[in-house]
Amino acid sequence: MWQMLRQIFRVGLVSQPPPPGDPAMIDGALHADIQRVFGRALCLRHVDAGSCNGCELEIHALGNPYYNLEGLGIKFVASPRHADALLVTGPVTRNMREALQRTYAAMPDPKFVIAVGDCAGCGGVFGESYASLGRVANVIPVDVTVPGCPPSPTALLRGILAAVRVGSGEERVGVEGVVWRRDRG
Amino acid sequence: MPYDDLEIAWKPMPGALPALHAVVTPAQLVALCRRVRADSGRLVSLWGEDGQDSGGALLLCVVLEAAAQLLVVEQVLLPISPVYPDLSEIFPSAARLQRATNDLLGMRALGADDRPWLRHMAWPANCFPLRVGPVSPLLAPAAAEPYRFVRVEGDGVHEIAVGPVHAGTIEPGHFRFSVVGEKVLRLEARLGYVHKGIEKRFEGMALADGSRLAARVSGDSAVAFAWAYCMAAEAATATRVPARALALRALLLERERLANHLGDLGAIGNDAGLAFGLAQFSRLKEDLLRVNERVWAARYPMDAVVPGGVHDDLSADAPRLLLESMAKLESEVRVLRDIYDNHAGLQDRFMGAGRVTPELAQHLGIVGLGARASGQAQDWRATFRIAPYDDVEVTPIVRAQGDVAARVAVRFDEVFETLRLCRELLASLPQGSIREPLGAVRADALAIGAVEGWRGPVLVGLRVAADGRLLRCHPHDPSWHNWPALEYAIIDNIVPDFPLINKSFNLSYSGHDL
Repeated sequence: MWQMLRQIFRVGLVSQPPPPGDPAMIDGALHADIQRVFGRALCLRHVDAGSCNGCELEIHALGNPYYNLEGLGIKFVASPRHADALLVTGPVTRNMREALQRTYAAMPDPKFVIAVGDCAGCGGVFGESYASLGRVANVIPVDVTVPGCPPSPTALLRGILAAVRVGSGEERVGVEGVVWRRDRG
Repeated sequence: MPYDDLEIAWKPMPGALPALHAVVTPAQLVALCRRVRADSGRLVSLWGEDGQDSGGALLLCVVLEAAAQLLVVEQVLLPISPVYPDLSEIFPSAARLQRATNDLLGMRALGADDRPWLRHMAWPANCFPLRVGPVSPLLAPAAAEPYRFVRVEGDGVHEIAVGPVHAGTIEPGHFRFSVVGEKVLRLEARLGYVHKGIEKRFEGMALADGSRLAARVSGDSAVAFAWAYCMAAEAATATRVPARALALRALLLERERLANHLGDLGAIGNDAGLAFGLAQFSRLKEDLLRVNERVWAARYPMDAVVPGGVHDDLSADAPRLLLESMAKLESEVRVLRDIYDNHAGLQDRFMGAGRVTPELAQHLGIVGLGARASGQAQDWRATFRIAPYDDVEVTPIVRAQGDVAARVAVRFDEVFETLRLCRELLASLPQGSIREPLGAVRADALAIGAVEGWRGPVLVGLRVAADGRLLRCHPHDPSWHNWPALEYAIIDNIVPDFPLINKSFNLSYSGHDL
């Protein structure tokens, strides 16, 4: 036990401030936004609809001590019924279409969909085929797209912040690293 | 030549790998498989190919490993009756490969399990996406068919169905547990949810462009797949890759191994209830990725390996940066290993959980990290000693217990072994160019590439036309062999230990589903 405590003490706090340059982050504005829109922590659910698992690696990284997602009042939940926003990775395979639609349907309103990565945004290297339906917007409505192969954790954070903005009704264009689509089919 | 008495006409394959190729009859195929099995050899991969459009035939391709050699055999199938002998009685891991081959090409293993595997409802049973001829590239979806899970019956037995969407950031797959109380009697996995048609996507692609797609077969093994693809492409074009490029590829592959092992060690600790482990190891992994970004301009250098060599050379100060960060990493991992080893609660969860005995591992033909934790001394870096692993020698890390503790111990040891390899690679980095243009195509010949990725042996088989377009490319992930082992590992364990046992294997869904 003392070894663990010594290690924790030695490493100290490594968490970094969230990506700079976004007004949402100033003076706890993000927290206020999250509180106003959701009335509690922002809860995310992730569905891999056909990804190569590259995007998952970077979504995992959001939880590491550097990005410390939970410290921003954002957490991943196990059930879509507890989720405010849905992160979808990969092109949507035909074999995953129904599972994705059912996950989306199970989420309470208001809800957002963030398409994570090039495949989710436009089909990526896999495109559309006998097995793949391509981009997520072909299957469920998408609010924010985060490009990248895979997108960095910083890009992911920006995308999540942008989704909060969509929720608060302040649609803005040009958050760095985030493509706005409001792709409703 | 191996197995002379079978009268197989072996020919050496092009490229650096010790590989032989032959066309065999069904009887020779079965006899060869039995002999390889008896000599403790293994099935590496099995796939089909329809070359009827390009002057070829309907082919079954089987790759075996025997006595530090790859044996690549092809059997010609009759289009009116595309059947071949069932190999799953000899190699259990052939079963799902055969089912997938039937789904994609309508080639049937006689008398074998004929349930669909990759085909759920995306296309009808009488259409075969990889067959040439009058098949639309956008096959119409079929009606849902119930999947025939094996039912366990008896007093108090009930089923727990999990997935395809899991309660976390995990790839999708369905697990059907048959349990009594908390004890698991049987687990049956159903995969194929992330089947996105990768093999079809390769068709017609320019040989030089395929590495980008290969790197995305399984994102956590991007370097391994890209290298295996490039090795095959280079064999098909008689391209000599510069020594510096090979060393840089190995450096990338070993760093991919480090990143995954660090991530897994943290996640396995977390699944056993030690959040401290996840916090510490995910911090070390992030440090590694940030160094990657400084050196290769990408946290995950997925496209660093390209046909003919590598995309970028190291900058002048990169070796120093790499060495310094690795020295720091090594001392940190030693501290954490000490903590893991001496943590009674953690070891209590690890030891004896999800055991695959060496005998079972041998019987099932499991591969890679999972096999090494079950007493199988196999590592293609040491078996084939393809450059640069002929200079920097790899010692396979082996543990015999076959439980979660063993798979954790193999990862710890491999972290240190990999750090040693990285240092040796950097110390003996050859000078010279980093890329060679691809040579002229040896049309219509099958070419293979083989790399020991962090999870296990990765193989890519490809055939290219005279104009440099891919006719067929089959990327093979080691998960094909280890998914069935997970079903055995969980027997008699309790349901709450499944996430821990599953994580200790950390198999790829995407690499398997293609």
